Amino acid sequence: MTEPDTSTIDINGYPTRVWRKGSGPKIGFLAGYGGLPRWIPFLERLAETRTVIVPSLPGFPGGDRGHSVLDSQLDWLLAVRDLIDKAGLAGGDLVGSSVGGSFAAEMAAVWPDKVKRLALIAPFGLFDEQAPATDPWAQKQDDIAGLMTAQPEIYKALKRMPAGANSIEWPIEQTRAAEAAARIFWPLGNTRLERRLPLIKAPTLILWGAEDRLLPTSYADAVVRAMRARTETRIIAGAGHLAELDKPDEVAAAILSFML
Amino acid sequence: MKFLWFHLMPYKELPEDFKEKHPSVWVDIHSSLFDPARAHHMYNEFLDELEFAAACGFDAICCNEHHSNGYGLMPSPNLIASALARRTTDTAICVLGNSLALYNPPTRVAEEFAMIDCISGGRLIAGFPVGTPMDTTYAYGSNPSHLRDRYYEAHDLVLRAWKEKETFAFNGRYNQQRYVNIWPRPIQQPHPPIWIPGAGSVETWRWAAEMDYVFCYLSYYGYKMAQNVMQGFWEEMARLGKDRNPYRAGFAQVVGVAESRQQALDLYSGPAEYFYGRCLHVDPRFAGPPGYVTEATQRAGIESQVKLAAEGKGGSGPSTNASSATKMQSLARDMKNIVANGYVIVGSPDEVTEQLRELATTLNIGQLMLLMQFGNLSSEVTKYNTRLFAEKVMPKLKGLFADWENRWWPRPMEKRQRAMLPAFMPQAAAH
Repeated sequence: MTEPDTSTIDINGYPTRVWRKGSGPKIGFLAGYGGLPRWIPFLERLAETRTVIVPSLPGFPGGDRGHSVLDSQLDWLLAVRDLIDKAGLAGGDLVGSSVGGSFAAEMAAVWPDKVKRLALIAPFGLFDEQAPATDPWAQKQDDIAGLMTAQPEIYKALKRMPAGANSIEWPIEQTRAAEAAARIFWPLGNTRLERRLPLIKAPTLILWGAEDRLLPTSYADAVVRAMRARTETRIIAGAGHLAELDKPDEVAAAILSFML
Repeated sequence: MKFLWFHLMPYKELPEDFKEKHPSVWVDIHSSLFDPARAHHMYNEFLDELEFAAACGFDAICCNEHHSNGYGLMPSPNLIASALARRTTDTAICVLGNSLALYNPPTRVAEEFAMIDCISGGRLIAGFPVGTPMDTTYAYGSNPSHLRDRYYEAHDLVLRAWKEKETFAFNGRYNQQRYVNIWPRPIQQPHPPIWIPGAGSVETWRWAAEMDYVFCYLSYYGYKMAQNVMQGFWEEMARLGKDRNPYRAGFAQVVGVAESRQQALDLYSGPAEYFYGRCLHVDPRFAGPPGYVTEATQRAGIESQVKLAAEGKGGSGPSTNASSATKMQSLARDMKNIVANGYVIVGSPDEVTEQLRELATTLNIGQLMLLMQFGNLSSEVTKYNTRLFAEKVMPKLKGLFADWENRWWPRPMEKRQRAMLPAFMPQAAAH
């Protein structure tokens, strides 16, 4: 696995990281809870046949303190639209997971021309009182990994400080990612996304980890029910909330075959 | 030195096995543990104790705000303060305080504090805490990423509402009000003294200094554990060019006094163990919502841990993060440890006097808040503790810091101009 090319774009005055790797038709990825402090196998799989473009969400690793100026839902959506445009993703295929999945859905709903085909991996944005989502912001530090991936070691490895990293800034950056997600999704993860889902025109693949302990798989049905565009649902066995971390090959293969 | 008698109003009948059977005293404590009929008696005893402390000559009586909390039954301290305003005459009333970001609109705080100041004839001390994570972000669902900015903005709005003479429009990031014009207005002009309860955040110290407010360190872990924090505070004051006026700072201390040390241990061990064992049993998952601690404070915390590790020392001091609070709680298993670590000060009047003198001089604290009812301490012993302290301890320490001016104390109306409180005679009303 080689490193992607890294460039920097400006979002509301904050330098924001964009990763790019591979060739072929463009496919974008918006990361899930906790963000991406390092390149992951899932993206490597996509890059084998596609040009993968990964802009960091505001406040996520690589996204500086961009979240700190975003006060409302509209502020967030405009920042992510700016991200899509400046990363050169407009009109391409878009994949989003978890927190990023919510933004990917919003982009496709509010600006349909920006997204050709869509894949959502357990997106935030809904709340069902009959099946309440787990609170990711009220967890013992040691319990987070088990909430994010079916195999906790995978999430822990993603977040582990690499040799040579700044030992003070690294943990602050990881906390910042949790704060950025909280800033828009506190306290229930509910942005009433179901109201915008009917506006999506792009064909949409909905992926859910069968062992998602954060958002129950019943939320996949709720997403499908709210949508009018063509949808396909895949429940990924052995995967947790961030299914792309637990089952990179399977999730990438499902997306690539949906977006052939 | 000023003596402030501080009540937390704990629910006094949490079960023996509370710690084993229940995850948390705060946020999701189970409703079945609360008996309103018992709480009726607790509230009335607590109010009696506060009034008793006022009658014994304490300079102030204090209450504070907590939500969904088994050791703090005051979601609205203003209700308590207004009741106290009617049953006391000269004692300052310290509300420590209202968590500004939780009030919508925050002008509610300006109004209610002005009411208490009017009713009491200008005896209010206005406390403005940010509020703990448990109270603000979990129990009240306030967004931790916005909390501090909301707090500062609410503060600016309340201050302006108190000071401005004309109706004005407030165009804030979080609050927009076309017509801000509070009635009633505070007796104390331009506003009651403002105190800021907080922990070891440098930013809070700087802000309190810049605004010329009192900073109160409300730790439950005693003066020995507080040395680092208060040293940091005074060093920061020096850097900012502020004097060492001890009245700039407040500190809360659990105190139990009796005729002898042994008698004090006999009287206070059980309630102290109840307090540290049951009341402070907080689920660690509620300790650190992301964004509650600013990045500058996180950075300072990590740097000091790295430094201490490099010097081969363990960290001690403020409970600004989950691990240190957990560590301090683990030191409080029984009375021997609770006393040895200085969490509580117990002993004969002379022993307590000497320890409080050491507290006041080492921390340089002029506003001393005393927790003299703690855990399930009975009302009878609470009053005994209070009276003995007032008679045998207070007089010996009152003269401390006499050279400094306390610029942060209420300035009530002249006594002869104040309303006469009628004697309370419920029997007469019944006829």
